[in-house]
Amino acid sequence: MRSLRSIFFLAVTLLLLAFVSSCGQAQQSQGSGGQGGEQQGGTIKVGLNLELSGAVATYGTNIKNGILLALEEINAAGGVLGMKLEPVVLDNASKAEEAMSVASKLVEQGVVAILGPATTGATKACIPVAMDNQVPLISPSATALDVTYDPQAKKVRDFIFRTCFTDPPQAIVAAEFAFNELGVKKAAILYDNGNDYSKGLYRVFKEEFTKLGGEIVAEGSFSENDQDFRPLLTRASQAGAELIYVPAYYGQVGKIIAQARELDIQVPMMGADGWDSPELVNLAGGADNLKDTYFTNHYSPADPSEKVRAFVQAYKAKYNAEPDAFAALGYETAYMLADAIKRAGKADPVAIKDALAATKDFEGITGRLSMDANHNPVKEVSIIAIVDGKQTLKAKKMAPEVKVD
Amino acid sequence: MGYFRSKNIAIFLVIIGIYFAVDWLLEEGIITKFQQVNLMLLGINVILATSLNLIVGFTGQLALGHAGFMAIGAYVATIFTVKLGQPFALALAVGSLAAALAGVLIGLPTLRLRGDYLAIATLGFGEIIRGLAVNIEYVGGAAGIMGIPRLTTWPWLYAMTVLTVVAIKNFINSTHGRACLAVRENEIAAEAMGINTTYYKVLAFTLGAFFGGLAGGLYAHYFYLIQPSTFSFLRSFDILVMVVLGGMGSLTGSVIAAAAITLVNALLQDLALLRMVIYAALLVAVMIFRPQGLMGNKELTLNILRPRGGADRGIVGD
Repeated sequence: MRSLRSIFFLAVTLLLLAFVSSCGQAQQSQGSGGQGGEQQGGTIKVGLNLELSGAVATYGTNIKNGILLALEEINAAGGVLGMKLEPVVLDNASKAEEAMSVASKLVEQGVVAILGPATTGATKACIPVAMDNQVPLISPSATALDVTYDPQAKKVRDFIFRTCFTDPPQAIVAAEFAFNELGVKKAAILYDNGNDYSKGLYRVFKEEFTKLGGEIVAEGSFSENDQDFRPLLTRASQAGAELIYVPAYYGQVGKIIAQARELDIQVPMMGADGWDSPELVNLAGGADNLKDTYFTNHYSPADPSEKVRAFVQAYKAKYNAEPDAFAALGYETAYMLADAIKRAGKADPVAIKDALAATKDFEGITGRLSMDANHNPVKEVSIIAIVDGKQTLKAKKMAPEVKVD
Repeated sequence: MGYFRSKNIAIFLVIIGIYFAVDWLLEEGIITKFQQVNLMLLGINVILATSLNLIVGFTGQLALGHAGFMAIGAYVATIFTVKLGQPFALALAVGSLAAALAGVLIGLPTLRLRGDYLAIATLGFGEIIRGLAVNIEYVGGAAGIMGIPRLTTWPWLYAMTVLTVVAIKNFINSTHGRACLAVRENEIAAEAMGINTTYYKVLAFTLGAFFGGLAGGLYAHYFYLIQPSTFSFLRSFDILVMVVLGGMGSLTGSVIAAAAITLVNALLQDLALLRMVIYAALLVAVMIFRPQGLMGNKELTLNILRPRGGADRGIVGD
């Protein structure tokens, strides 16, 4: 019997792994040369756990650009507590299990906080690492409610934070804007049935708009690969809708707008941050079709405030590109962390966690921001109007605090 | 009687030795948390690669739906532990059996197809499983299931990895395994020799699916959450890359390739943008210089430690 022979090789492989492990560790301890989490030789290590390759590489890359720009500026201005912030950038390949592996590696390298991942799934995989090792984790863009709040234990996850608002405030602000500012009394909703983001916004908008005294006269759902939205649009138009709310991603939104205008449905259309893409103009069939369209977003590059102007200019100078919402959120996250370290008075992860939780009226570029009890930032939502195919800032509204149940 | 030959005893001792050595390293904290994550991934990848190799390499059926079996194992096992509160061992067993059942169901109609047709049919199967998971609210829809207890420990992982490799190894060396090899080499000739080709193809497919499901159960109970997007066709390709890299028809090749890809991935995390370039370049280089994969269809055996011409050599195909 020679049946078990190949097991020998498994054994050799595992030994090899152990060997590599010990080498890696030796290097690491040389690199950090001290207690994990404490400052070393005048620098504070900040970990970046981002999607730099794989399915959503653009999210992670733009966030990284934003964070690195912010850290550069902070360091140029003298750093924090007299020390420089040193980024440790690792790629999680847009995979949940790699995000967890990266988070563990960052903790071992002695970072005071982990910034990222960008997506909800990858962030959730890192939660146990951050909680067990007591290192704060701030996701710039994970929007699901249960990232920062544990619905089973019914309490906040101490070490997990986010910089973006969650989905419900967007829909609430959109409903208020439509009812109060646009004077719409009858609205229709079209949403993507296969997508939690879209379904969530649909529910909240409907609830809020009805509460304000408006009426939802038509609603319709479509799925990811649908091409023809004319029946849904015709139904909405015949029901007398004065506004169509489309909380979906720009690919579908573009087609919906083009087909609506083709059917001569000229009522205002409104959506959420999924609309944010330079592609939208082309998909919608030109700037004329985008007349009277609005969407809620995290920030507007057209915001005339001084902070945003400076950010957009610096970003363009460094990367030769217009910063999108991800870049802005990354930039915001780095500044929020620096602010928390300053208030904590020491580069200690637990102290930083407490300072982050106590963040109040922090002046960032995506609006004034305070952390609520569930680590969801309460901040302004930007309402963007598309004029001549270009995004312009229509209004900024304070989002209501999100209740969790 | 052959079970107690000195070589088997030596291998047994090595397996036990490795277990306690790594266990000790874990206890002492010499293997850090980061390396632990990768150790777990390594074991899971070894199970996935060897089980897919049984289908692709040994039986010669190009299947691209392994992530689908992994998903079934992961979801069913998680439902048993999280929703029904059953013990981990039972959950793993039921998850694997569910995947095996899916293997039979999908295998019976599709294994009439060959080559690229089978590849596309199995690819579709994987996507159907993912689509089902997205649309079933009970398992969390697109958001998946979160907060899965971490029950996959080193003893579990090691035992399951060893079990998988030993089981597949023994299967290949059995009458059934030989029949599968015959199907791979020439289906018509095999049929002419009286081998029920459909039966053996479905058998190999089912066994591969079983261990794919096992890997899924282990994955779910280490990585805290499962989402439909985790089991996309890209994962099927990742597994196939391991099989092809290691050599189709070489179990030790699959083990080496799974270990190598896990380690290379972990080491390249620092490189971000260059990562995929290096990874792809490595694969291209291996395929140019060793088109048959690292091991071809040879196995690495203890014989390499002995003087040549000693005991019997070669395992598969001798």
